[in-house]
Amino acid sequence: MAIKDYLRERFFPHMWCPGCGHGIVLNSMLRAIEQLGLSKNEIVMVSGIGCSSRISGYVDFHTLHTIHGRALAFATGVKLGLPELNVIVPMGDGDALAIGGNHFIHAARRNIDITAIVMNNRIYGMTGGQFSPLSGCGTMATTAPYGVIDQDFDVAEISKAAGATFVARTTTYHAQQITDIIKKSILHEGFSVVEILTQCPTYFGRKNKGGSASDMMELYKTNTTPMGSKAKQENPDLIERGVLHEVEAPEYCNEYDKVIASAMKGK
Amino acid sequence: MNPNIKFIQGNEVCVEAALYAGLNFFAGYPITPSTEIAEHLAGRLPQQGDKFIQMEDEIASMAAIIGASLTGKKVMTATSGPGFSLMQEALGYAIMTEIPCVIVNVQRGGPSTGLPTSVGQGDVMQARWGTHGDHGIIALTASNHQDVFSITVDAFNLAETYRTPVILLFDEVVGHMREKIVIPEAGDLPIVERLRTSVKGGIDYHPYLPREDGRLPMSDFGGVHRYNVTGLYHDMWGFPSTNPTVVQGLHRHLNDKITNNVNQIARYKEYYLEDAECILISYGSAARSALHVVQERRPRGERLGLLELQTLWPFPYQLVKDKCRNAKYIVVVELNAGQILRTVKRAVDDPERVFLANRVDGVFITPMDIRNILRYIQGRGA
Repeated sequence: MAIKDYLRERFFPHMWCPGCGHGIVLNSMLRAIEQLGLSKNEIVMVSGIGCSSRISGYVDFHTLHTIHGRALAFATGVKLGLPELNVIVPMGDGDALAIGGNHFIHAARRNIDITAIVMNNRIYGMTGGQFSPLSGCGTMATTAPYGVIDQDFDVAEISKAAGATFVARTTTYHAQQITDIIKKSILHEGFSVVEILTQCPTYFGRKNKGGSASDMMELYKTNTTPMGSKAKQENPDLIERGVLHEVEAPEYCNEYDKVIASAMKGK
Repeated sequence: MNPNIKFIQGNEVCVEAALYAGLNFFAGYPITPSTEIAEHLAGRLPQQGDKFIQMEDEIASMAAIIGASLTGKKVMTATSGPGFSLMQEALGYAIMTEIPCVIVNVQRGGPSTGLPTSVGQGDVMQARWGTHGDHGIIALTASNHQDVFSITVDAFNLAETYRTPVILLFDEVVGHMREKIVIPEAGDLPIVERLRTSVKGGIDYHPYLPREDGRLPMSDFGGVHRYNVTGLYHDMWGFPSTNPTVVQGLHRHLNDKITNNVNQIARYKEYYLEDAECILISYGSAARSALHVVQERRPRGERLGLLELQTLWPFPYQLVKDKCRNAKYIVVVELNAGQILRTVKRAVDDPERVFLANRVDGVFITPMDIRNILRYIQGRGA
């Protein structure tokens, strides 16, 4: 199927700024779904609020565009309601980890079979450039005119600690790796987190002298390195890309089926 | 003994009724005095192959039931004051997206943590206006276990009929009190099932285009119709829109579908209203004491009556106005500072005739409390 067959063309043009990385994520994600040969009827995309969350409106799946930060809680209801569905949840860094941080760690803890895609541009784009929990110290934002003093945190480490059984990271520079990782994350049975560094030239770039969209993407090339590379040993500041963590553990819906079996036996 | 006769808590009655109505998904978070609902459903739902989940908070609980409702389940959550506050944003989302769901609020004393184990009815206005923006809402209540059963079944039926969240505004006394209940046989009470679209796959389905009768047939997630659900103002496909005509049309639809059906949604009971000079208006547990006073005074020839409201929202203004037309006094009996009092004043011809008998100290209102107010109104001592 051509990529455009997965899109709701009625809904275009999209609302993202020129140079935004979110379109690359959308494209790469649809290629992953196409390569897996999934039927559009078996995919539910649930999102919250923010630029990245608008991705759900553009795709021809069952789509649920919800409220800020709670997408994973809605998705949990969808998944447990009908476990045979593939549930994919694209979120921004603020949506997933500030207002939605609690739902994020608890979805990970349950290891419910949902694919969470954290589109990390280190800024609140839709509201006009406020700092996010992933902006990091020293960055500039409209709500930090003297520089951010809040520490950021590492999405991958939090996900692992909270119980996610598949954790990966890549960037919009590495479009083919996005496809590869999203394929793996959908196939993985359990809670999967895919962090994708995605550029916001309009706000993060402009506030932090990041240059053009291509300059920001260039940085994703030079600042990152494949997981376990020799370059990382030589330069610990490099950000690792690839599948960072993958383990097998009991999945929530499967475990609930056992609860049902046990409850029905004892009835 | 008839196995349908039980002596149980109001919260358990709510569970029995929800299952009778077809509940097959519950998400919740522990909070007094509603917790027994979650506890019982955690045991009961998996016994019939259905799902219970304890979420990380009430926000997530409300979100999860909305998600599950879209997969075709009949859904419910249960909470009390503080949890009800947390649910308000997602409740508004369910209103905007027209997702059937039932929210039980077993009221306790508020505001804030208030009185977790004591009775209150202070969430009446929050049930009406708790979420932001203009909206219609259905809120029901009941004063005894047999009525808790039927009104809970009604809540599920109205949620399906009007594609809307329905709030069950119980209170700590009804929730925790034990009394006799006869569980109806299957078929005794009507059950409204999910109305699903008859549009075939491949044909353009309009999830937000009401039929001539105002109802919106649904299509379950995972089915042949893929559509968008959003809390933004949206067109008939569910796509976001800021077109003023679309916005105004949806705004009117969301309000009108409730307010235009106020008579269909109104549930109430009346006692001795025909010739009543003094009408007590009450609801929930407070109506028990009000009924006691009426039944005690009637044999003495006092022309006292009771209008027990079971539908609080949409408020049946015309009904209350009509029932109270010939009354000299109207006394609203409730466990708050006068939330339904003010609403009754707006409904009746002469608001000066409306008085309040209430308690707000966490103690259940007694017949004595009501008698004292009556004595005062009737000029027989202050």
